[in-house]
Amino acid sequence: MSAPTAPAPAPAHRRTSRVRTPVLYAVASLGLLVMAAPFLWMALSAFKTKKDLTASPPVWIPGQWTLGNFRDLLDQLDMPRYFMNSLIVAVLVTVCNLLFCSMLGYALAKLEFTGRSKVFGLVLAALMVPGNLLILPLYVLMNKLNLIDTYAGLVLPFAAGAFGVFLMRQFMQSIPDELLEAARIDGAGEWYIFWRIVLPLVKPALATLTIFTFLGSWNNFVWPLIATNDPGKYTLPVALATFANDPNRTVGGGNGMLMAGSLLIVLPVLAVFAVLQRHFTQGIATAGLK
Amino acid sequence: MSLLTGSAADGAATAGTRPVTPSKRPTRRTGRRHPLGRRNLHGWLFSTPFLVLFALFMLFPIVATLVMSFTDFGARNVTRPLEAKFVGVDNYVQLFSDDTFRTALFNTAYFVVVGVPLTIVLGLLVAILLNNGIDRARTFFRVGFYAPVVTAIVAVAVVWRFVLDPSDGLVSGLASELGMTAPDFLGSGTWAMPSLIAMAVWRNLGTVMVLFIAGLQAVPTEVREAARLDGAGAWQELRRITVPLLRPTMLYATVITTIGYLNVFEEPFVMTQGGPSNSTLTVSLDMYREGFNFFHMGYASAMAYVLFVVIMGITVLQLRLLKDNTR
Repeated sequence: MSAPTAPAPAPAHRRTSRVRTPVLYAVASLGLLVMAAPFLWMALSAFKTKKDLTASPPVWIPGQWTLGNFRDLLDQLDMPRYFMNSLIVAVLVTVCNLLFCSMLGYALAKLEFTGRSKVFGLVLAALMVPGNLLILPLYVLMNKLNLIDTYAGLVLPFAAGAFGVFLMRQFMQSIPDELLEAARIDGAGEWYIFWRIVLPLVKPALATLTIFTFLGSWNNFVWPLIATNDPGKYTLPVALATFANDPNRTVGGGNGMLMAGSLLIVLPVLAVFAVLQRHFTQGIATAGLK
Repeated sequence: MSLLTGSAADGAATAGTRPVTPSKRPTRRTGRRHPLGRRNLHGWLFSTPFLVLFALFMLFPIVATLVMSFTDFGARNVTRPLEAKFVGVDNYVQLFSDDTFRTALFNTAYFVVVGVPLTIVLGLLVAILLNNGIDRARTFFRVGFYAPVVTAIVAVAVVWRFVLDPSDGLVSGLASELGMTAPDFLGSGTWAMPSLIAMAVWRNLGTVMVLFIAGLQAVPTEVREAARLDGAGAWQELRRITVPLLRPTMLYATVITTIGYLNVFEEPFVMTQGGPSNSTLTVSLDMYREGFNFFHMGYASAMAYVLFVVIMGITVLQLRLLKDNTR
């Protein structure tokens, strides 16, 4: 385990020794394998027959590939509907965040107004508030507003996240004031400047925010669990967790269906992540270190 | 929705400019002067959507939870909230003689005390390995280690439950291959919590790794080279150079990991439902049950505040202890 502390390879004289490098690659590959094993197990098990699922010793590659688990899952659960619910909620949450967070981000970064630092303090404080502190009265409020089992009830509490404001403010601060001043001199209104000049300049930040917000909503569990009673309004994670904890679920054969369900939730996300991975790491580093 | 808000704000902004230059568009001079009133108006107009949502869905609930924690808020108050009776600090008093809650506090502490250091140390080692140890296929490895972070906890918890299944699971199968018998991880009071911790470490390692890689890239190569020229070994370099320089990153990573772990909910909810015999019942799960299964919402609110105070306390403590005290 002391292997990872090898010196950095300096470009001029690579001192990484002949012995050390293969060892480091072996350690890294082993680690990667451990990280990937649950995913591989899930993906392969989703296509296994009951016989392979209960085989001892366990088989990695299905002896016979089958779509039976997916068929059973679709028979028992209205997956297309849950998928649509998750998608609609995630899209709405993302659109709201893109608009509202960049609006406040712009005000905090580029508009001087009385109380600005107080508003920014509020945003920072909001970053620290755990969801546990909110869900009890939120449920009562949503119930009073008749928003339980509605998309509005699922979207509104997440429509403007503090993280988004923080991210947008950080990016917008790097826009030169002279540019905006020039636009003002030319007679542009603040909304025009925000919409036509500032937003196009922060497209990378908008991309990062889109990814994070969409993912956060897609993976969100606690609030959708509380804010839906009608199975027709379940999102994917709520439907899967309810199914997984259902004592009436067919014993044994259920694992194949559960792996198929998990695959349907995880696969779109992993695919998007593989394509856009650069934005993820940038977003985290920006939020964390600045 | 966006269209509506957009045009409204736009209209208001235009209206706001009019009193300043009643005749035409702002001239060079007025544009530069920015009367205070107009600047304030714009600032607040751009802040309004966020602030309205913030007030309704964050500020109000924070205050309401506190108020509820001093009442006997129950199932019937969900439709008639104002009829809840004030009971003073009864809920808090009851909490500290509640064995289930004490168990939940202990379990949450266990999860944090074991889980956070493991996540930080492994995240740091992986970061150093992927940043300094290897120079080919770095992105490939990083993507692999980070992948669990982006996936839904519920989905991976369901997968882990199957991986750890005593009869058909991967781990027990591999163990019997080697002639050993794996314990019934999630069905044993001893092994259930370590299993949840293992999954949490697996899932959150990537976040910490990315933070440390960003931190490592800010460490100048010259510093490292100087240390090596002075004859520092790999271990010394790690202890005396890398870790001290990564202190701010480590502080941030520790704080966010701790806050996340203190709120742990999905893992026990899906994998063990708090069992066996409450050995994985966490504070969040206990609160969820009291609040939404039994509708003891006043009592659950008190739990939420106790947890919040604990989180704030620990965060402040960490900021103090881990702050840069090298200078």
